[in-house]
Amino acid sequence: MAKQPAAVVGIGQTHHRAKRQDVSMAGLCREAIDRALLDANLTLDDIDAIVVGKAPDLFEGVMMPELFLAESLGAAGKPLLRVHTAGSVGGSTAIVAASLVQSGVHKRVLTVAYEKQSESNAMWALSVPLPFNMPVHAGAGGYFAPHVRSYIRRSGAPTHVGAIVAAKDRNNALKNPYAHLHNEGTTVESVLASTMLWDPIRYDETCPSSDGACALVIVDEDTAKASPNPAWIHGTVMRSESTSAAERDQVNPQASRDAAAYLWKQAGITDPFAEIDAAEIYVPFSWFEPMWLESLGFAGEGEGWQLTESGETAMTGRLPVNCSGGVLSSNPIGASGMLRFGEAALQVRGAAGEHQVDGARRALGHAYGGGSQFFAMWVVGSEKPSS
Amino acid sequence: MTRTLSAPVTVAFDYTRSTGPVLGRFLTGLRDKVVVGGRTSAGEVVVPPLEYDPVTHEQTADFVEVADVGTVTSWTWVPEPVAGQPFGRPFAFALVTLDGATRPLFHAVDVASPDDISTGMRVRVRWAAERVGHINDIAAFEPLDRPGVEEVAQQPSRNPSTTEPVAGVVTPVSLDYIYAASPEESTFYRGLDEGRILGQRCPSCHKVYVPPRSACPTDGTPTEGEIELSGAGTITTFCIVNVPFLGQKIAPPYVSAYVLLDGADIALLHLILGVPADEVRMGMRVKAVWKPREEWAYSLENIDHFAPTDEPDADYDTYKRHL
Repeated sequence: MAKQPAAVVGIGQTHHRAKRQDVSMAGLCREAIDRALLDANLTLDDIDAIVVGKAPDLFEGVMMPELFLAESLGAAGKPLLRVHTAGSVGGSTAIVAASLVQSGVHKRVLTVAYEKQSESNAMWALSVPLPFNMPVHAGAGGYFAPHVRSYIRRSGAPTHVGAIVAAKDRNNALKNPYAHLHNEGTTVESVLASTMLWDPIRYDETCPSSDGACALVIVDEDTAKASPNPAWIHGTVMRSESTSAAERDQVNPQASRDAAAYLWKQAGITDPFAEIDAAEIYVPFSWFEPMWLESLGFAGEGEGWQLTESGETAMTGRLPVNCSGGVLSSNPIGASGMLRFGEAALQVRGAAGEHQVDGARRALGHAYGGGSQFFAMWVVGSEKPSS
Repeated sequence: MTRTLSAPVTVAFDYTRSTGPVLGRFLTGLRDKVVVGGRTSAGEVVVPPLEYDPVTHEQTADFVEVADVGTVTSWTWVPEPVAGQPFGRPFAFALVTLDGATRPLFHAVDVASPDDISTGMRVRVRWAAERVGHINDIAAFEPLDRPGVEEVAQQPSRNPSTTEPVAGVVTPVSLDYIYAASPEESTFYRGLDEGRILGQRCPSCHKVYVPPRSACPTDGTPTEGEIELSGAGTITTFCIVNVPFLGQKIAPPYVSAYVLLDGADIALLHLILGVPADEVRMGMRVKAVWKPREEWAYSLENIDHFAPTDEPDADYDTYKRHL
């Protein structure tokens, strides 16, 4: 039996900040959930099942937080699932929720993802030394910086391309009232002048540490009829691979390439650069924009940086990337992937406000996690898929 | 000799929790020696209050002050308390329904033996002398028929005059566990204790892994044999760490580099010294610099760092598939 059509009819997110000390974890999730339900014109009573996602429990020091959150999420008497795939979790959580509708198991599924980074320190949590080993780990930036250097060497990209991405995303964020960073006046020059943290990654080329949540309401075809602008799901994919295998390509991982190829096939897309109108790509460090542009097939190998440098990924370009400001402007880790998926849906619903791409019909939502080992992506469209 | 090496690990952090307005109200009450419950849409009075009503899903807004006296509805005996529990001596954990509440609160009851507690027993709160807006502001419950004992302050109150509502609590979490290396890794670490770098080859894909693996990530096959590597290698890629962070063991700035040892098919992450950070290059030839023998242990830290040799840089083609 073929998949049942499914659509996003409600999207909610919090105002992302460094510290949301005004709310508990439950309150943070409910801020996003209540906005998503209002958008969908539904209530918690209309929801059949709830899927929650977040990154490692060590970030808040609460084991299995879905247990204590169940009541606040409105899950009493309903199925509640928790998903975890590191930084890609927001994306994979949305995909699990979508699959419950596409399989015909449920008609109306609520999904929420969150992180409250202010409850601890992600840099510490990602660098706990292990016995017998060399304590050279230095958080996510320390992990990814060598691979960014590899990309620059392999592609021959000019060294200011990362700064172009950072300046673009920070300026896009000025159009997004929910974004954590609203850094007026960011320029390529100001990014290049910022402190080098994990050489070759500068301070302004890194994501902030945020508290925030995102929620989506995903429904079946019958329920979607009541929505003036459903975002139809045209394809979903998840892939994973080993963290450290001999000669593993960490710049352009096999799992990422395989996932993209399968995603485009499902969505009937043969030329993603021409056929995708807006992309929300998981870019926690600026250089990952050109890296993922290549891996996703928007550009040939070694050519992703040319799309960035020529302005094609700006809001005025042919492939606007991260019009919301992206992960570089808001990073509630567990929610960051779902924000990419939700922002893609906002674009095809024509509901992205000031950062709307005119006439966007098909959009990509993308997330990755772990040591570039977990991938989750979807394509959403303004039209119901034909098959 | 056991096959595997193991060592204790402690992961500890003082988590800073935002309580939100509902639990904040409860904790503010405790600081003032008042127990605050929340009334649900079904008329139940729950302590601590639920953040959201399970039926209407609305945030709890109907707060009720309940008594600090109540009834034990169930209990269990703790004969051997562990670290972090309310008492270092045997005690009871109990569900106590306070007068005015309809749902019980979980807390400790300070009695000397299981013969001194029973379901239906009346108990009262023993308040901590220093209250900060935390569940431990209730030091414990004690039998109502016992003469009341006021807790003696160990130190003066930190901020006795504060009237700000409680919005956050600090929750120290400390997790102790034993980290066990795999048999293959243990062989590697034992080798390091003898000043040797030992790799193994995957019998399926023939790649040489350092450290060896219980399962080759490509084939799932355990690596085999013993391949001793010289300690000479090539820097494939690297990062200069300029950022200080909590728990950091090496003072920044330092170069964290992938070193592809001659004869290995996977690079090892290690520290580069003996050269200014801004002169480290991809393709630079380096060698292991060992600590003095008396400092050796079962650890990759026996290699203090890698330092440049005077060889010319390796050809890009020799390491490009490792980038």
